[in-house]
Amino acid sequence: MDGEADGTVGMSEDCGPGRRRRVHGMLKLYYGLNEEGKAAEESESLDPCDINGPHFDPELYLNKLRRECSLAELMDQETCMVKQIRSLDSDMQTLVYENYNKFISATDTIRKMKNDFKKMEDEMDCLSANMAAITEFSASISGTLQDQHTQITKLSGVHTLLRKLQFLFELPARLNKCLELQAYAQAVSSHRRARCVLQQYSHLPSFKGIQDDCHAIMDKLAQELRQKFRDGGSSAKDLSECVELLLQLDEPAEELCDKFLSHARSRLESDLQGLEAEIRPYPSASAVKDASARRLSSTAGAGSLTNNSPKTSTLPSPTSNTDILEFIDRGCNEFVSSLCLVITSYQELFINHAQTGELASKNIPQMANAKLHVFVDDLAAHYFSLVERRIQEEKGVGDNSLLVRALDRFHRRLQAVAKLLPGSTVPNKGTEIVIRAATERVKQYLSALQSFYMDSLTDVRQALATPRLSVAGASVAGGGALLGGPASGRDAPTSLPELLSSLSASILNQIKSVLASVHLFTAKDITFSNKPYFKGEFCSQGVRESLVVSFIKFVCQSSRQFCESAGDKGGSTPPALLLLLSRLCLDYETSTISYILTLTDEQFLVQHHSPVTPVTTLCAEAREAAQKLLNHYVKVQGLIISQMLRKSVETRDWVNTIEPRNVRAVMKRVVEDTTSIDVQVGLLYEEGVRKAHSSDSSKRTFSVYSSSRQQARYAASYTPSAPMDTNLLSNIHKLFSERIDIFSSVEFNKVSVMTGIIKISLKTFLECVRLRTFGRYGLQQIQVDCHYLQMYLWRFVSDENLVHFLLDEIVGSSAHRCLDPAPMEQSVIEVICERGRRQYCLQSRLHLHVIHRRPIMRPNSQAPKHKSSHDTEREFGGTLGAICIPIFLPLTVLFLICVSRSPEASVLQWHPPLPSTDQLWDPLAPVLLLGWVALHALLYLMPLGKV
Amino acid sequence: VSSTATLEGKGQLKFTSGKWSPHHNCSQLATANDTAIRGWDLRTMSQIYCIENAHGQLVRDLDFNPNRQYYLASCGDDCKVKFWDVRNVQEPVKTLEEHSHWVWSVRYNHSHDQLVLTASSDSRLILSNMVSISSEPFGHLVDDEELSEGEDNHQDVKAKEPLKDSVVSTYEEHEDSVYAAEWSSADPWLFASLSYDGRLVINRVPRALKYRILL
Repeated sequence: MDGEADGTVGMSEDCGPGRRRRVHGMLKLYYGLNEEGKAAEESESLDPCDINGPHFDPELYLNKLRRECSLAELMDQETCMVKQIRSLDSDMQTLVYENYNKFISATDTIRKMKNDFKKMEDEMDCLSANMAAITEFSASISGTLQDQHTQITKLSGVHTLLRKLQFLFELPARLNKCLELQAYAQAVSSHRRARCVLQQYSHLPSFKGIQDDCHAIMDKLAQELRQKFRDGGSSAKDLSECVELLLQLDEPAEELCDKFLSHARSRLESDLQGLEAEIRPYPSASAVKDASARRLSSTAGAGSLTNNSPKTSTLPSPTSNTDILEFIDRGCNEFVSSLCLVITSYQELFINHAQTGELASKNIPQMANAKLHVFVDDLAAHYFSLVERRIQEEKGVGDNSLLVRALDRFHRRLQAVAKLLPGSTVPNKGTEIVIRAATERVKQYLSALQSFYMDSLTDVRQALATPRLSVAGASVAGGGALLGGPASGRDAPTSLPELLSSLSASILNQIKSVLASVHLFTAKDITFSNKPYFKGEFCSQGVRESLVVSFIKFVCQSSRQFCESAGDKGGSTPPALLLLLSRLCLDYETSTISYILTLTDEQFLVQHHSPVTPVTTLCAEAREAAQKLLNHYVKVQGLIISQMLRKSVETRDWVNTIEPRNVRAVMKRVVEDTTSIDVQVGLLYEEGVRKAHSSDSSKRTFSVYSSSRQQARYAASYTPSAPMDTNLLSNIHKLFSERIDIFSSVEFNKVSVMTGIIKISLKTFLECVRLRTFGRYGLQQIQVDCHYLQMYLWRFVSDENLVHFLLDEIVGSSAHRCLDPAPMEQSVIEVICERGRRQYCLQSRLHLHVIHRRPIMRPNSQAPKHKSSHDTEREFGGTLGAICIPIFLPLTVLFLICVSRSPEASVLQWHPPLPSTDQLWDPLAPVLLLGWVALHALLYLMPLGKV
Repeated sequence: VSSTATLEGKGQLKFTSGKWSPHHNCSQLATANDTAIRGWDLRTMSQIYCIENAHGQLVRDLDFNPNRQYYLASCGDDCKVKFWDVRNVQEPVKTLEEHSHWVWSVRYNHSHDQLVLTASSDSRLILSNMVSISSEPFGHLVDDEELSEGEDNHQDVKAKEPLKDSVVSTYEEHEDSVYAAEWSSADPWLFASLSYDGRLVINRVPRALKYRILL
């Protein structure tokens, strides 16, 4: 049924598809339900009772219904069934009817078509017949017109020939006219058209005449063109037009090239001269003249604009010292752009034209090209030399960005030339100039850095010098002449760490700013930064090596020079500066160098193509410099102290000296200076490591030991029987003690530095002592001095044995050199030294105390102990005074009592009446006295420490 | 004491050392005072050269090269030994910095002037071989061999590589400052040194070096 429906649909497509679809849909709906149910049942079993199934058995279905259903249900079933059957029938009927209608209409249509076709066939036949007739007619017509047609063509040919001839005859006149009107292009094109014909028929006299005329005219024209060409006043466009015409007139291309180029050259050179005038360092006469000429011309040209002319004339005069950017700008705008113009027009004319038109022999383009190259190279060389001169004038390091921008512009404009002229060396040369300028700039930066460094060193020097004067002056005013010495050494270094930090910070800042400005050369937006040179070599060799590394090397070098140049006299550089520089170099070694180099590497992305100086070598160099400086510092300071000692030893007559009563002032000076050096060094260097035993107790025992040993030695040296013993003793001692390198290099800490200085001083003392001869008191004076030194110097050095050894050696040597070796009692020495110390303490405590933070704390802590052991008996005027007190004090009291008891109470009346003994005697008094003494004894025994 | 021309008016400081020049018919001598070395001509009794600031500190001793008339060695408190050409007193020809304290004495070997002895108060004695500034530098003596046969110091070796300026050896036998060193006048390879502890040490030039110089 479906297939049938489809068939009908195919037959009558246009008979209401809407309705058909509806019907179809209804049917589908009707069957669809059943189909679904059937499909479900079919899968289970072939149920014959399914009314829609293919295996439907009416008999079985009936039986089943009859069996299963009640009557009412059966009735319902039946009506339902009848209803369904009826509706199905009606549907079928409508379908059949529809399809039938369609079929009938189709047959109708077919019949109609058949009729139409037959009619058409007839018409076609008629048409073909007509066509045949038409062809016949046309053939006959053409046959009749043949003769006339040939005649007409001949006539037209003659006409054109005549016109050509007319053109030829008119040509001279026309050319003349063109010449008058200066329409050269037209003239040349007309001539070109006529030229071959004239050439061909030149054997005919008439044509010959025309040709001659034309030639004459064209010669004149060419002459005129050349004249114009030569005049040079015309613009580049006119010029190129001229050249083009001349080329078309078969002028020799080579000559034209030369002329063109020479003309262009003259113009470009005028540009260059303009540039050159700007370069002149000071506005010379020509520049002024130029300016005035310009003013004249501007006034002449402007006429009414006279008001503006002064302004315009004032402007050009300062152009002579315009900045480089302006200069390059001008060079680019004037020279490079006109050069580009020349190149393009030239190429247009001589190379491209020649290639397309094949004007002359084949090698013209090559020739022209070669000439162009020579020309461009020549001019560019001139230009470059100017630019280079200008760049060299750019000495100041002020604004690097200006230079970089100028170079960038310069380079960029040259790229245009490179594009126009592919084989040219110009851009390479330009790049070379840029590179040279960059390296030059880097060099300038280096020298600027160096001068900055030297300047800051000078500043530091001044800073070291000035506060010393002012502060020292103040302290001298406050504390007397003696204080001037330590104050001068002490107050200056209070600012030492600040000076150091400010120095290193300013150097670092300077380096950073220089790096930043050099970094502009490799900025992304700069055209030449893409060049391999700027990517690789400039970064590594230029910046890293020749700027940063050489600066660091310079710093080390200059520091080392301080040691060498000052080595002669030592006085030229202040020792504090040496110390400062040494610390600076050490800081460089530890951190700054690696920091700077990392910074550079990061900023410039240094790829290590070429071998670069590694950080370690620089660090080693810096360390070496620091070491040298410190050694030199030690030497200088040692020299100062040892000069003092030497003078003191050499100038004194040791044989006839008086008995030592005090420590010599020189020794106090030595101790003071050593202390101030200690403070100075302590400001910049760490404490350092001492050898283990430097406590008070060890010091004390050692001094006892050494003094006892000394005495033993002197005792031995008295007796003439055993002169060998002393030598033996000292030699044995020396055998076991280490050899002392006096001028050895020191470590980077305070103790080592101080040890070095003290070693040098004491060794000098020793050597000087050995050159003198001593009397008895001379020896004793030396003993006192040495003891005094020993009291103070041990705490500065790493190994106090060293000091003791050297001092022993001094005393021993002077004992050897003594005519009458009678050593002083150790206790007396101590007393004298204590006296000296007290004086020294009194003098120095006022100021030393406050400023010497660490070193003075130790002597302070031990000073009271010394006092208790020796100084108590010397109070109240020493031993004698102490004895006088218990005798004279009671007597005075007694006297006063007696006087007050007398009636007139007169002091002058001698022998006052003595009171009776019972009045004087009070049993409580001795008890009180005893109690007082017992209290003291108790206090002494109690473990509170010594009173 | 034939002529007593006192020349000390020029310097207030005392002379620390003086030495006759073995050349020029013994008509010249050099003196050291403070840091300067002065040369004197006895015929005119006037100063002929002056090396200002020869050493950073006191000049302790000086010695003339016995074979080269313009060369002299000096030593001083700056621990250095310097070799001078008196025709150019601006800077030393050579400087040695081996000692760690004052150098008290410097002596050329009488016949082989490349051997220089220095004594210092760092209780060391140093024997140096200064080939480059000696009168017998290496290499040019092949032709002179016949000519200078009589002199023993002109017998050099052709095929050996040149000896470099170097410290030959350091003698540390002394326990105290060495104040004097002297070459033996009989045997050119023998020398003695004297120190504060009363020790006199006599040494020989090392055998290897001796043969190197002789052969």
